Amino acid sequence: MSVVTDTPARSEENFRVTRSRRNVAWTGAGALIVVVVLALFPYIVYSGTTSLMVQAFIVVILASMWNLMAGYAGLVSVGQQAFVGLGAYFVLILAQHSLSPFGGLPVAAIGCGVAAVPLWWLISRLRSGYFAIATWVMATAIMLFIERFPSIGGGTGMSLPGLSGYDPTLLVAYTYWIGLAVTVLSLVTVYVMLRGRIGLVLTAVRDDEVAARSSGARVGLARMLVYVVAAVGCGAAGALLAISQLIVQPGAVFTVQWTAIMAFAVIIGGLGTIEGPIIGAIVYIILQRTLESYDAWYLIVLGLVAIGVALFARRGLWGLIDDRLNIRLFPVGYWLWTPESSSRPGPGRRGLRARRRGRHS
Amino acid sequence: MAWVNAIIQGILTGGLYALFACGLSLMFGVMKVVNLAHGDLAVIGAYVALGVITVTHIPALWSFVIVVPLMAVLGYALQRTLIQAALDRGVLITLLVTFGISVVIESGLLQFLSADSHSLGVGESIVTGSFSIGSQIQLPYLLLLIFVVAVVVLLGLQYFLSLSRYGRMIRAVADDQEAAQLCGVDYRHVFGIAAAIAFGTVALAGIAYGMYSQFSPTTGTDTILLFAFAAVVIGGLGSLWGTLLGGIVLGVAQQIGAQINQADQVLAGYLVFLLVLALRPQGLTARRAQS
Amino acid sequence: MSTPAASEPKGRGGDWTDERAPRVAARPRPERGRVARGASRASGASRASEPLLDVRDLIVHHGQLRALDRVSLRVFPGEVYAIIGANGAGKSTLLRTIAGLHQPTDGTILYDGKDMTKVRPERRATGGIVMVPEGRRLFGSLTVEENLKVGATYARKGPWTIERVYELFAWMKDRRTQRTAQLSGGEQQSVAIGRALVANPRVLLLDELSLGLAPVIVQRIYAMLPQILSTGLTVLLVEQDVSQALRVASHIQCLLEGHTTLEGRPSEVTAEQVEAAYFGLSRAAAEGSEPLWHGSTPSSRAS
Repeated sequence: MSVVTDTPARSEENFRVTRSRRNVAWTGAGALIVVVVLALFPYIVYSGTTSLMVQAFIVVILASMWNLMAGYAGLVSVGQQAFVGLGAYFVLILAQHSLSPFGGLPVAAIGCGVAAVPLWWLISRLRSGYFAIATWVMATAIMLFIERFPSIGGGTGMSLPGLSGYDPTLLVAYTYWIGLAVTVLSLVTVYVMLRGRIGLVLTAVRDDEVAARSSGARVGLARMLVYVVAAVGCGAAGALLAISQLIVQPGAVFTVQWTAIMAFAVIIGGLGTIEGPIIGAIVYIILQRTLESYDAWYLIVLGLVAIGVALFARRGLWGLIDDRLNIRLFPVGYWLWTPESSSRPGPGRRGLRARRRGRHS
Repeated sequence: MAWVNAIIQGILTGGLYALFACGLSLMFGVMKVVNLAHGDLAVIGAYVALGVITVTHIPALWSFVIVVPLMAVLGYALQRTLIQAALDRGVLITLLVTFGISVVIESGLLQFLSADSHSLGVGESIVTGSFSIGSQIQLPYLLLLIFVVAVVVLLGLQYFLSLSRYGRMIRAVADDQEAAQLCGVDYRHVFGIAAAIAFGTVALAGIAYGMYSQFSPTTGTDTILLFAFAAVVIGGLGSLWGTLLGGIVLGVAQQIGAQINQADQVLAGYLVFLLVLALRPQGLTARRAQS
Repeated sequence: MSTPAASEPKGRGGDWTDERAPRVAARPRPERGRVARGASRASGASRASEPLLDVRDLIVHHGQLRALDRVSLRVFPGEVYAIIGANGAGKSTLLRTIAGLHQPTDGTILYDGKDMTKVRPERRATGGIVMVPEGRRLFGSLTVEENLKVGATYARKGPWTIERVYELFAWMKDRRTQRTAQLSGGEQQSVAIGRALVANPRVLLLDELSLGLAPVIVQRIYAMLPQILSTGLTVLLVEQDVSQALRVASHIQCLLEGHTTLEGRPSEVTAEQVEAAYFGLSRAAAEGSEPLWHGSTPSSRAS
């Protein structure tokens, strides 16, 4: 075998494979502290801020779901608003049947997951670009279908029953805690999925689909699972939306703007990383608040920035931070440590990825 | 008789939908780009036509003479810059960039113009007039004209692709980009030409729609993009005449839906789309099932 | 019939070869352990002193894999230069890099004395370097004639026309309206060659003509080579079939895992030497530190 370097063969005990560059135990503790602090927010801050945080939670959930689909499974959906709307409407319908919206949220989320299965079957055979538009068509079709029923508000919408007995500040607090819980759950779910076998299958598919299939990976199943989980997440976000707005209107919950927000948050924050959606959501909220008085400007700016980032800084803001500081809060890759490189591991998988152009990561 | 007229209207509307769809189909066939901004470009065409008509006072029917070449040039420029840059970075980035362009266009239109609907004023007689066959059957002038234009455009495209030098290059690049390079063909330039054609036809479609119905900043995605896509899928990917068939099926389905329940017009079309997707995903004209 | 290879290229693609750039003087190569057995003059017809194609120390990577490691070659006008080697040796990579489909990490490619390492593939094609790619790569939805017409779109002036290709391949004219996807392998190969010829190249790159074809067909195709050469072309070909290559080539180079293991004329090479170079039976030779065969090297041929 011709060799590229001149080093002699090394014994195998000298190699180590780890999941992260540094000891990640402190990150777990840190995350726990962050969650505890966040849980205390309603006691510390005004309810206006708490409401804002709920909005942020919704965006984080949506963004991490969209990132799961696009960044890891390569499924670009511009129709996730279908599940946002379905989640909101499930909560509405359940509330009309006397189930408290807080209790209705998990049911609505699971309902969306169930609904996702036949929808997946319809569109899974389409290639990426046409898959994308098909999701949009489906979302629109679902909206049109729901608008036919005046009992849930028809075309104009309806307010959410079942929450009028609560004290307003307490309501916001409860909403906030539920939102925090769902957000944490979403992030943990995504993290666990990607660290496990699903993550391995998806990465293999992303690198070389034919090879992945022929080595036995259940590609179709993995993708469907991702789609369903994303539906559950988006449904939960939609339910949260309904609870926080106290009104469900088809034009507001089914608008493609949700996809725009999700997608742009992910791109700007960093596609294909778990930390990215969080950063992107923060950026979105900041942008929205700053440009609030300028109507549609924030979407224009968001769109332009997203295009710029997609073309020139593909790994987004988190990618830039990651490159400088070598941090992964949620490590899902593998690092190869060789004897010479005890302080800085070899390129491994991510290094290769960083070098490739023209791939969909 | 209302049913017969509805079906006729549906068939003729199919021409408009085919006009929406052929640019989308072309861009996908040649460079594998699904242009999510496709519908919004039609709306831009309509707005530009509105502006041109307001400024120059030419009859609405002739606005295309200025708008179509303008949009074609825009298409070439956008393709050679933004879209090519996105293509070089992969399928995902391309989708995201076209989606981004779509959102920016819509938000921009909403911001700088209003959310109001407009229409391209054509003479009253053209919009409302129709041929009568017998005493009951009506063939609306405008729709008939649009249908004829659509057929002419499709014919023109077909001849261009099969007989002309550039058409041959476009087909060659669509088959094998690298091999075309080895023959001295700069595929980026060919992509630009294809995009120019796509933008030009979709601008024409936008003008046609503007005369037939009302348009607003969100019409691009609400109506045009989704209808175009539905027409392509129903008819069969990769076939120009398939998009006409798809458009006709979509139009007829919508009109039948409207007959049953006025509010269900658009939904009926999408239901047929979902049906085709479920039962025959390769479309009505394709011979083999796609894997 | 036709003018010799030194004729002036005309037509659309000639812009960067038309200029009379100062000729790059051939410089002696650093001897990397290669021993020249004296400057052996080319026997037979005298050749132009400047190579038409001059590849120097090419290093090409596929991602992190080094596919070509300091490969050099010189092709003089009118020659048939064959590159042989096992699968994965880097032969096709070399040809694709010369055609412009791959950017080298290091090294230069000179064509007619001008540096074209950074030139885009379509401009190389219009400038006279035309490749028949591995696997034919015809335009499947186009007919035979349309394929040829695409090849002729940016053709330089020269003896080759579509009609002349029909003369070369007798069966083609009758089937010219057939879609190429429906042709047999050998027929497709002929169309691919024809498509390259109508561009009137100066250097024709042939990548693995024999791939997937029956030996009889391969021989028939190679039998066309003299007719192609007689119009003043120079041929650089990659071939896995060693005996076929030895039969048609005036010079050969053997690659093994990206290194050159053998270089010279077929008449000066024994079968054992070729075999050893092909399979890398000497480890030192495989690592390029010791030549397997001492003979005329690019540096000695230059004088």
